[in-house]
Amino acid sequence: MTKVVVAMSGGVDSSVAAALLQQQGYEVIGMMLRLWSEPGKEESNRCCTPDAMGLARRVASKLDIPFYVVDAKDVFRKTVVEYFLEGYARGETPNPCLICNRSIRWEFLLNHALALGADFMATGHYVRKQGVDGKQQLLRALDHAKDQSYVLHVLNQDKLKHALFPVGDYVKPEIRKIAESFGLPTASRHDSQDLCFLAGDDYRNFLRRNAAEMLKPGNIVRRDGEVVGEHNGLANYTIGQRKGLAVLSSVPLYVLGKDVAANTVIVGMQEELGSLELITYDVNWISGERPGESFRAEVKIRYTAKEAEALVMPLENGQVKVHFDAPQRDVTAGQAAVFYQDDVLLGGGIIQ
Amino acid sequence: MDQIYLDYAATTPVDPRVLDAMMPFFSTSFGNPSSVHRYGQQAEAAIESARETIAIALNCRADEIIFTSCGSESDNLALRGAALAVRAKTDANRILTSKVEHHAVSKTAEQLEKYFGFEVKWLEVDEYGMVQPQTVEQALDDKTALVSVMYANNEIGTINPIREIAAVCHRHGVLFHTDAVQAAAYLPVDVQSLGIDMLSLGGHKFHGPKGVGGLYVRKGTPLVPSQTGGGQENNLRAGTQNVPYIVGFAEALRLTVEEREKRFAHVKPLRDRVIGSVLETIPDSRLTGHMETRLPNHASFAFKNVDGNLLLTLLDVAGFACSSGSACKTGNPEPSEVMAAIGLAREWGLGSLRITLGVGTTAEQIGSFVKTLPSVVEQARELSK
Repeated sequence: MTKVVVAMSGGVDSSVAAALLQQQGYEVIGMMLRLWSEPGKEESNRCCTPDAMGLARRVASKLDIPFYVVDAKDVFRKTVVEYFLEGYARGETPNPCLICNRSIRWEFLLNHALALGADFMATGHYVRKQGVDGKQQLLRALDHAKDQSYVLHVLNQDKLKHALFPVGDYVKPEIRKIAESFGLPTASRHDSQDLCFLAGDDYRNFLRRNAAEMLKPGNIVRRDGEVVGEHNGLANYTIGQRKGLAVLSSVPLYVLGKDVAANTVIVGMQEELGSLELITYDVNWISGERPGESFRAEVKIRYTAKEAEALVMPLENGQVKVHFDAPQRDVTAGQAAVFYQDDVLLGGGIIQ
Repeated sequence: MDQIYLDYAATTPVDPRVLDAMMPFFSTSFGNPSSVHRYGQQAEAAIESARETIAIALNCRADEIIFTSCGSESDNLALRGAALAVRAKTDANRILTSKVEHHAVSKTAEQLEKYFGFEVKWLEVDEYGMVQPQTVEQALDDKTALVSVMYANNEIGTINPIREIAAVCHRHGVLFHTDAVQAAAYLPVDVQSLGIDMLSLGGHKFHGPKGVGGLYVRKGTPLVPSQTGGGQENNLRAGTQNVPYIVGFAEALRLTVEEREKRFAHVKPLRDRVIGSVLETIPDSRLTGHMETRLPNHASFAFKNVDGNLLLTLLDVAGFACSSGSACKTGNPEPSEVMAAIGLAREWGLGSLRITLGVGTTAEQIGSFVKTLPSVVEQARELSK
C-alpha cells in the first residue's frame, strides 16, 4: 500500500486531506510539528496549541490512523525565527512562512515522513500539482480565493515529487461538506496572516523583546532629505504604511522606503508609492531550470496582493527583474514576487 | 493492530479471569455497599471479600486496606493524609522523598510545601537511581513527619532497599510510605516482612482494570482523608465504592501473587536478551538504572544524540509499542527529572527508551525487536542531527 504522511493541524483542510487520501486507498499517517514559541507563550502558538493538537489527535482517532508529534522547536528557531529577525535588521519586511515551508515543512518534516517509509507527504494547502513530461508543475488552487501557492513557490522538483495536495481540487464549501460527511470537525481557524510564533501579539512587541538593539530611533525624511519627524526603529515601519507615522504634514504621508545605512524612514505622497520595477534574489524555478528568455506573466507581490501583468526578465546573475505594465503600490523588500502563467506557478524570489 | 506491545509498565491488558470475576457486579449484583437491603449486602460482601484477598496478598489485616481510584490517589492520600495528621499531633513539618519519585508523590509533596507550609527535603540517588538507607538516615530529624521512597522506579526499573529504609525510619520513629505501583507485579509485597507503614497499589499494572487502586495503612497510623464525604472505607476515603473494579483489582492481585514466580521466570530471560543485545549491537548506548537490582520485566536505555520521542514514533511505525521516560505525546522533549537525578548529560538524557515485558511477550517478539532496533536508532540519530 502506498504510504502517505499528512501534516495535520487539527483544522478542517488537513483533516479532510487525510480523509480523502485514506478513501483513495493510501495508508495514512498523521503528523504534527511542534514549533518554537517564546518561553511562556507555548499555549498560544497558532500552529500547534494544545487545543489544535487535541483536535488533530481526535481526527486521527476518528479515521483510525496513527498520529505523531514531531519536535521542531530548535530547527524552527534557528532557521525561521533567525531569518525573521535578520530580515528586519536589513530593513526588510520578511515573510517567514516561506522559510518555514522550505526548511521546516518541506524539508525537516518531509525527511521524517520519508524515514517512516512514506512515499508521499500531503498538506491541507489549497494548491494543485500535475505531472507534465516527467516534470512536476505547481498550479493555483481551483478555488482562487483560497489559493496558497504563493507560499509554496519555494518547492523544487525533488520535494514536489513527494507532495500531495488533496484539497486543492475543491472549493472551500465543498471541503466543509466533505468534512461533515466524514464526521470530522469542520472548524477552520480564521485565515489570519499573523505569524504562528507571534502568538497573536504584534510583531513590533516581539522585536522589542527579542531584538531590541535593532530598534534604533532616527529621522523620518522626505525624498529631498527634509526631516519631517522621528521614528522609533526601522523595523516598526513597512512600505505603504500611513498610520502611526507621527509626522507633521498637511497631506497624508506614506512610507516609501527605508534607508538602513542612514537609519531613516522615507515618506512621501500616495502617488509616489508606485514602482514600475523590482528585482528579486533567492529565486526558485519550480522546473529547476532558469528560463533563457524574458516572458510575460502575472506577478503577485504579497500573499494577499492581486496579480499584476508584467514582463519577467531572468538575469545572468540568477536574479530576476520584473517590469510591471502599470506602477504597483507596496512593493516591499523581503516579501516574495511570484510568477504565474495562467494557473501554473513558474517560480518566484525575494524582493530586494 | 499488528503491533508488538512492549510497554507493560504503562499498563497491562485485563486478565480474562479478572474480567469474569468483575462482570456480575455491573448488572445482577449492582447494589451500593452502603445500602441496608439485600442488594447492598451482596455488594458489601463482595468488597469485603476483596479486602480479605488483598490482605492475604499483603500479609496484613483487612481493615488496613483502603480502596481508591488508582495508584496516584493512593499516593495522594498517603502523603497528604499522613503529613497533615502527623503535624496535627507532633508539629513535625518535614517530608523526605527522593528525586526520582513518580509525579503522584513528587507533585503532592510540592503542593504540601507550597500551600500547606511543609518543607520537602529531596533525597539524592546514586547513579542507578537508588536511594541509599544512609542518605535517609542523614536527612532524618525530629521535624520529619513522613518519608516516602518508591519500591521500584517506573522509568529505570531500579529497586530500592525499602526494607532497610523502613528500618532506618522506624529507628527514628518516623512513618514510611512506599509507592509500590510499579513493583507489585513482580516483587513481594509482604508489608510485615518489609516493615512498611503505608503502601500504594494500582490495579492496572498487574492485569487488573484501570480506575482502581489501594492503600495499605498500618493500624494506628495517623491519617486524615484527602477526599471527604460519606463514611466509606473506614471514614478515610469518601465515595461509593467501585464494586466491580474492586473485585477485579483483588482477583488480579491474587493471581499475580499466585503466579509471580512463573511470570518472573517467563520475562526475565527475555528481558536479559534485550539488554544484552542492545548494549552489544547499538553504539553509544547504555543501560539506565541498576544492572541487577531492577524489575525483571524492565529494560531501559539511553542513546546518545537521539530524540527519544522520534525514536518512539519510528518504533511505532515499525510495529513496536514502547515508551520513553523523557518525552510525552506532545513531542516536547525535555529530559525527565530521573535522567537528571542519575546524572545523565542532556545529549544522553533526551534519548531514553523503556522496554517493559509481560506475560504476553514471546521470544519471537523479542527476536524481531532486537533485530529491528539498531537500524531504527541509527535512523533516529540521523534525523536528530
